[in-house]
Amino acid sequence: MRVLLLVLRTLGTLALTFFGLLAVTFVIGRVVPIDPVLKIVGDRALPEVYERVRQELGLHLPIWQQFLLYLQKVLAGDFGRSALTGQPVLADIARFFPATVELATAATLLGVLLGVPAGVVAAVHQGRWPDHLVRLLGLVGYSVPVFWLGLMGLVLFYAKLGWVEGPGRLGVAFEDLLEPTTGLLLVDAALAGEWEIFENALGHLILPASVLGYFSLAYISRMTRSFMLAELRQEYVTTARVKGVPEWRVVWRHALGNCMVPLVTVIALSYGSLLEGAVLTETVFAWPGLGRYITDSLFNADMNAVLGGTIVVGCVFIGLNLLSDLLYRLLDPRART
Amino acid sequence: MRIGTGLVVGAAAVALALGARPAAAATPADTFVMAKQIDDIITLDPQESFEFSGNEINANSYERVMNFDATDLVNLKPAAAESYTVSDDGKTITFKIREAKFASGAPVTAEDVAFSLQRGVKMNKSPGFILTQLGWDKDNVDKLVKALDPKTLQITITEDFGAGFVLSTLSANIASVVEKKVVLQHEKDGDLGNGWLKTNYAGSGAFTLRSWKPNESVVLEANPTFWRGAPSIKRVVIRHVPEPATQRLLLEKGDVDMARNLSADQIAGLAGNKDIIVESSPKAEVYYMALNQKDERLRNPKVRQAMRWLVDYHGMTESFLKGRFKVHQAFWPSGFAGSLTDTPFRLDVAKGKALLAEAGYPNGFEVNLDASNSYPSINVAQSVQATMGQAGIKVNIIPGEQKQVITKYRARNHQMVFLYWSPDYVDPHSNADTFTRNPDNSDNAKSKPLAWRNSWEIPELTKKTDAAARERDPEKRLQMYLELQKAVQEDSPFVIMFQAQDQPARRANVKGFVAGPFADQTFYRLVQK
Repeated sequence: MRVLLLVLRTLGTLALTFFGLLAVTFVIGRVVPIDPVLKIVGDRALPEVYERVRQELGLHLPIWQQFLLYLQKVLAGDFGRSALTGQPVLADIARFFPATVELATAATLLGVLLGVPAGVVAAVHQGRWPDHLVRLLGLVGYSVPVFWLGLMGLVLFYAKLGWVEGPGRLGVAFEDLLEPTTGLLLVDAALAGEWEIFENALGHLILPASVLGYFSLAYISRMTRSFMLAELRQEYVTTARVKGVPEWRVVWRHALGNCMVPLVTVIALSYGSLLEGAVLTETVFAWPGLGRYITDSLFNADMNAVLGGTIVVGCVFIGLNLLSDLLYRLLDPRART
Repeated sequence: MRIGTGLVVGAAAVALALGARPAAAATPADTFVMAKQIDDIITLDPQESFEFSGNEINANSYERVMNFDATDLVNLKPAAAESYTVSDDGKTITFKIREAKFASGAPVTAEDVAFSLQRGVKMNKSPGFILTQLGWDKDNVDKLVKALDPKTLQITITEDFGAGFVLSTLSANIASVVEKKVVLQHEKDGDLGNGWLKTNYAGSGAFTLRSWKPNESVVLEANPTFWRGAPSIKRVVIRHVPEPATQRLLLEKGDVDMARNLSADQIAGLAGNKDIIVESSPKAEVYYMALNQKDERLRNPKVRQAMRWLVDYHGMTESFLKGRFKVHQAFWPSGFAGSLTDTPFRLDVAKGKALLAEAGYPNGFEVNLDASNSYPSINVAQSVQATMGQAGIKVNIIPGEQKQVITKYRARNHQMVFLYWSPDYVDPHSNADTFTRNPDNSDNAKSKPLAWRNSWEIPELTKKTDAAARERDPEKRLQMYLELQKAVQEDSPFVIMFQAQDQPARRANVKGFVAGPFADQTFYRLVQK
């Protein structure tokens, strides 16, 4: 009985969160001074065509009715058609979201694998050169505009050195060769055993993932450093050292182990914000991702697409929150009871 | 030890990254690869498409009743039709349909052509007015557009237009021929196959559509049965590359054969590169500043005159517009028959000041200018602000997203606005209809031509515009359009400044790309590598 109540309450909160999210997005979309009919019919269609499309979109109704109609359809599983691409919103998202997931996952992997050790090393050597180096890298990561870094990366590694593939997700020669199953090119290529495509897709992914990963690295290393500094001052660390536990074990096991809980939240949030879309990176690298899709749609007041994207991003954040909650329980024995 | 393992995996990932094979430059020999901004495509159904990129793709994959060809962009000739005869009263045109095949292998019949035109009228999507203005509607079109036999099509118009004008409208994208049987097979809820044809293909053009992934790519394949002959290359891949700087890198690296959206400074940066060729070709868009006649100050003819002398036309085309725009001061672009190419106005602050004084504003006034917040609009707006400032007019620029600017313009809420106009089909009436025709200036008017948007009441010019569209003598007709352009140039709310120029940049080994002034006149079929 108690479990059922808990589940119901969680679901209720979820529903309320979504409702609020959609309502706010909807109102924002409707108050922007852009006429969504224009994107569909163009600037010079006959008035009757204009009026017909306006009615098809339901724009002649009061705003709250439009919203209710939209909710009704969403609950029935119909997210509508995007005015921008002419396709059902769900089909669009099924194409754009995997591209974003692929990029964000690779970036976060890089950020975690390099950022956490960097933060630890900086904390251990606080005030000495490794610390300064890590902090400098972090500062640069925070302050350099991402599109500039992306373009410079392209100029150097793609145009000059030829180490990586260029913009886009796949080379022209491979266009249309792979039937999407998951939409994640690396996974699809591996499943199909198409290693040449895999290699090409990886070559396209490396650079944008590194650029985004650098930002996530800057953030993660900084947070790791400050968490570690706090832990290393704790008495249990002193006790362990006094007991003669090897230093690497004190640092990497005891202290870092205790940082894992807040760190998981930091990593989950940073992953979430990458999934929400890295519009500038996607633009520079001609990467067909969700961020650009939502932004373009917003500029055209294409509400079906914006709301569909919002629902996905909302789900991602809620899902990541749940996931990090679960991880807490695994990492922190106190949370298990 | 979990972290230790992580480090190893991380190192492996980095090693993999560094070890990735160098990018293979050069595109496949039988494929023409183009980088272009194609996010304006919302449909590839030719009876619906009304966007530049969509029309360009359609122009290369469908044949039209009348059409221009890659080898002749000036003279309109029968295309899907082979020949035509015009009745004595000029209202009925009978077409003989050419022997040709759809990509499916089926022959193109008069029935298909009639169906395509009827479909355009019945669906009545954005470009629908191009056909409905001839007097066709969903109830009468089956009678007025009909196949007499498999090779004979007869059309009759009810509105008062000359045959020359009617033939021009039949060269628009909406007059593309679709295969009736295939389209109807995919009909859903009486949509005449529209839902399906948005992303699929049923045509007889030089290329067939293999795939369109919105905001990502379009892939075309050569149609070996095209009646003018099979294209030289097998495949065309158009990749959506939103960022011009990225387009340039791809082109220099040889990963694309052509970049379509480079900016002026990028083109300048390519000057020393022997592998890349840039050629300018005029486009059909004309850029203008409009003065809302609801504003008492802007209604003053002397102020309208003064404005014309307070724009640094040549200063702009010599600097930030260089290569991308040329000075043009009439509403019908050059490169087409009937264009007025005089450019009487140049920057003359003293003259502008004198005219303002005559108008009763010796110290100028303050006025708002709406402009899209992207190149070139915002740059032009700033130049206008500077030169008008010299004559005492304080211009406040209101930058906005382009759709936002147009929305405000359509509601007549602007004072001054900088925008562009491009014709819908190759006939001067397409522009005259909007610049010099305003049959109803009331706030709830049915149509909202540019003249209406600026509240410009012009009963005389409206009559003259109608007369020009009716005129049957082609020479006399063009003369009438020259007069209309002259009238707008001399005194109107429109300060027409520039005509756009396209600068496709290509690898030196690419030949045969044809870029006409009109998006629909961009042809890939002669491209060779």
